[in-house]
Amino acid sequence: MKPSDLAALIDEPACTHNLKSKSGCARPKPGAAAGGCAFDGAQIALLPIADVAHIVHGPISCAGNSWDNRGARSTGPALYRLGLTTDLSEQDVIMGRGEKRLFHAIKQVVDSHAPAAVFVYSTCVTALIGDDLEAVCKAAARRWGVPVIPIDSAGFFGSKNLGNRIAGEAMLKYVIGGREPEPPPVDPARPELRVHNINLIGEYNIAGELWHTLPLFDELGLRVLCSLSGDARFQEIQTMHRAEVNMVVCSRAMLNVARKLKERYGAPWFEGSFYGVRDVSAALRDFARLLDDPDLHARTEALIAREEARIDAELAPWRERLRGKRALLYTGGVKSWSIVAALQDLGLTVVATGTKKSTEEDKERIRELMGEDAQMIDDGNPRGLLDLARANQADILIAGGRNMYTAIKARLPFLDVNQEREHGYAGYQGMVTLARQLVRALENPVWDAVRHPAPWTTLPEAAHG
Amino acid sequence: MAEIVRRNKPLSVSPLKTSQPLGASLAILGLDRAIPLLHGAQGCAAFAKVFFVRHFREPIPLQTTALDQISSIMGADDSLLEGLSTVCEKHRPAAVGLLTTGLTETQGTDIHRVLKIFRERHPEFRAIRIVPVNTPDFSGGLESGFAAAVQAMIDHWTPSVAASGVRPGRRPRQINVLCGPSLTPGDLEALKELIESFDLHPLLLPDLSDSLDGHLAIDEFSPLTTGGTPVAAFAALGDAAATLVIGASLYPAAERLAQRTGTPLHRFDHLWGLEANDRLIMTLAGIAGCPVPARLERQRAQLQDAMLDTHFLLGQARLAIAADADLLHAACTLGVEIGAEIVAAVTSCRATVLERIPVAQVHIGDLEDVEQLAQRNEAELLLGNSHMADVAQRLALPLLRMGFPLYDQIGAYRRTWIGYRGSRQTLFDLANGLLGAHQQPVMPYHSLYSPKPDHRPEEHGHETATASMDRHGWH
Repeated sequence: MKPSDLAALIDEPACTHNLKSKSGCARPKPGAAAGGCAFDGAQIALLPIADVAHIVHGPISCAGNSWDNRGARSTGPALYRLGLTTDLSEQDVIMGRGEKRLFHAIKQVVDSHAPAAVFVYSTCVTALIGDDLEAVCKAAARRWGVPVIPIDSAGFFGSKNLGNRIAGEAMLKYVIGGREPEPPPVDPARPELRVHNINLIGEYNIAGELWHTLPLFDELGLRVLCSLSGDARFQEIQTMHRAEVNMVVCSRAMLNVARKLKERYGAPWFEGSFYGVRDVSAALRDFARLLDDPDLHARTEALIAREEARIDAELAPWRERLRGKRALLYTGGVKSWSIVAALQDLGLTVVATGTKKSTEEDKERIRELMGEDAQMIDDGNPRGLLDLARANQADILIAGGRNMYTAIKARLPFLDVNQEREHGYAGYQGMVTLARQLVRALENPVWDAVRHPAPWTTLPEAAHG
Repeated sequence: MAEIVRRNKPLSVSPLKTSQPLGASLAILGLDRAIPLLHGAQGCAAFAKVFFVRHFREPIPLQTTALDQISSIMGADDSLLEGLSTVCEKHRPAAVGLLTTGLTETQGTDIHRVLKIFRERHPEFRAIRIVPVNTPDFSGGLESGFAAAVQAMIDHWTPSVAASGVRPGRRPRQINVLCGPSLTPGDLEALKELIESFDLHPLLLPDLSDSLDGHLAIDEFSPLTTGGTPVAAFAALGDAAATLVIGASLYPAAERLAQRTGTPLHRFDHLWGLEANDRLIMTLAGIAGCPVPARLERQRAQLQDAMLDTHFLLGQARLAIAADADLLHAACTLGVEIGAEIVAAVTSCRATVLERIPVAQVHIGDLEDVEQLAQRNEAELLLGNSHMADVAQRLALPLLRMGFPLYDQIGAYRRTWIGYRGSRQTLFDLANGLLGAHQQPVMPYHSLYSPKPDHRPEEHGHETATASMDRHGWH
């Protein structure tokens, strides 16, 4: 990738990180860095596309150590779950045989799996030795008759976040606009209904949580042309330009896609979240507002009223058990406020929230939710998190999987809210799952058991004999 | 002698192989108060960390020099110096494993030179042991990376006889044990107990059973390993009565140790099955100069009994096995010892031990190869890592999980495979896998002249479906 292209991605204008003097994503500190690389980010953003063969072009580390480790689910194809890599050898690197191997690798996967498309991810080594990814992909597509999309995602380009944007940029450059959507199916019960096309950008269908929200969209007559990228198909991404409204679900991740869809095709976009009753309702209202359809507006309000009443009743016994519990939240970007709202919905007090990847706008929302003195955590080192939890008498740490063992080793209840988790918390129904998981974590008798030392270590001196 | 069939396709599908930096990191994690520092982009360390967190279900200390585009192209020495001093300053580790990656090897970083510069600039960190290891991920795999790290520890930290006055046998009860990555924390615990039962003192190197055995420590947080071989122990390696090495991948490291210190070396490819363990017990009895404890004799008799109990099922059972070389060797040997047929033996990369594996062919390949071989050769049982679960499901075959990574079963990482007892349990589990599975029965025959009026064919179909569901349930 050319330095200028990279700089443009880093300076994503819609990202409010870039409004301050210290612009763009901060450089990580050697020896004290956490989190993945740009390749990691690109891969996360696109791997859930289910009918695509995802080939990692590089030596074994990049795919071999990482494949099949996320919880994105598919209604159909399982092709995306295969780890595919050119697994370059030393000879390949020295003799420059990478391009040739890649070309034949593409043929192999086309022959054996007939994918809808092939995505090829470059990595540090193949970027460094100068493999011409774009040329190989172009030649392979022509030769084997399948779309082959280059994702120029060397790890050293930067952070995971940047990798998300690189992935989005590749979709804009090579895929979106490639096909027109079919006319929407007609619901025999409501043949007159005006159906609107929308996209969900940054929704990964972790643990199947997209399936909590899709029924709501169906009911409202909102056709999700594409969820980028949870349970997506290649053909769906090609039609993304026809959405009337785009919702950016996971904040910073693929802001560039929403912004450029607006620039090029005029579709407005908004940032929202499906976590928490208030936020789900707000997202549905945002769609109705931007689509400017009075009938949709009325039906949306009716649905919200019905669902909120239903879920309130279902949550009542859980809220009773969770009231007054104190949570320390450490997660990224949009989740720094969206989960706050969800937890407050359930009656918990959020004592502090992580803002390492949050923007000024995110922080503003946090202040709205938690008050002016909201405690924000910028540096989530494990020691600091534990100290903060103790100082604020937190009952539970809610964070990503990497902090799970930090918490439980300190005998602190923990709930995973990141990509690796096994439960879907989105939508109205997801709140019940969230409540159930919180109660499960908080009320377990093991916490008492693990806080007691061995009985013989507390015997009075005399008893030792 | 096994024929080695090399990879002949351009694309690796569902890789079995993991990388050298991963293996070297694992070796460093077996040292006390240690941390691996991966010289590369952030992802190199992030992937390795997630990999081990999922496998061990433990916090994993691991850091990165976090190269960006500029340092990747213009030179990464400054990042390395900064990374080293940050790790030393922040955590005061006893040991740092300085490991290269595909990125820095391609770029041509000379970590040995940079480490010299670091030592000159930072005398205040003199006491911290730093071991540089070259672990490009475009060659070798987990085992060779692990071995490279162990060898580097010995090279850098073990004084020669001449230099330090150590003498083989000065500590007559001490036994050095070089432990390859095919040994789980549970294996290492069993091995320590076994050696101690001869009144010998085992010094395990590295010792994952002390760091990653999964224990709830009193301290609530540590950025370093909370157990493992103390670095100070390297100084006394040369005083031991003998050195055992378990796993052929560590033979070069063990030979280096023997050369340097003169301690007698006893090599074991693995400790699976009757024969290997007999040899281990004889060796230990010889070193200790004492009779074999009665309970070991009992355990041996128990294994023999288990061999008889399971041979009905396991004799001619068709096994498909995928693992790194040392582990593959171990599992194949046990299978052959019980009369099973190894219908697929697939490994991740080249190793000298492969030719000794008692099978006709060893394939260097991926899990797609295992799947195809297992299907073509009508395998009945699979052995391999958690990634094999999908293969097992597609083939409707039972899978016994071993190797790296194991993320879909709690506690699998610490299972004990070795010794008489571990071997016995493995035989039981293999046999149970076949018991749960549907043996090829005689299909009911419906006679024209003596029909059964109450015959209901759909019921039989239902039974078959249930049997194959049961097979999924077995692990």
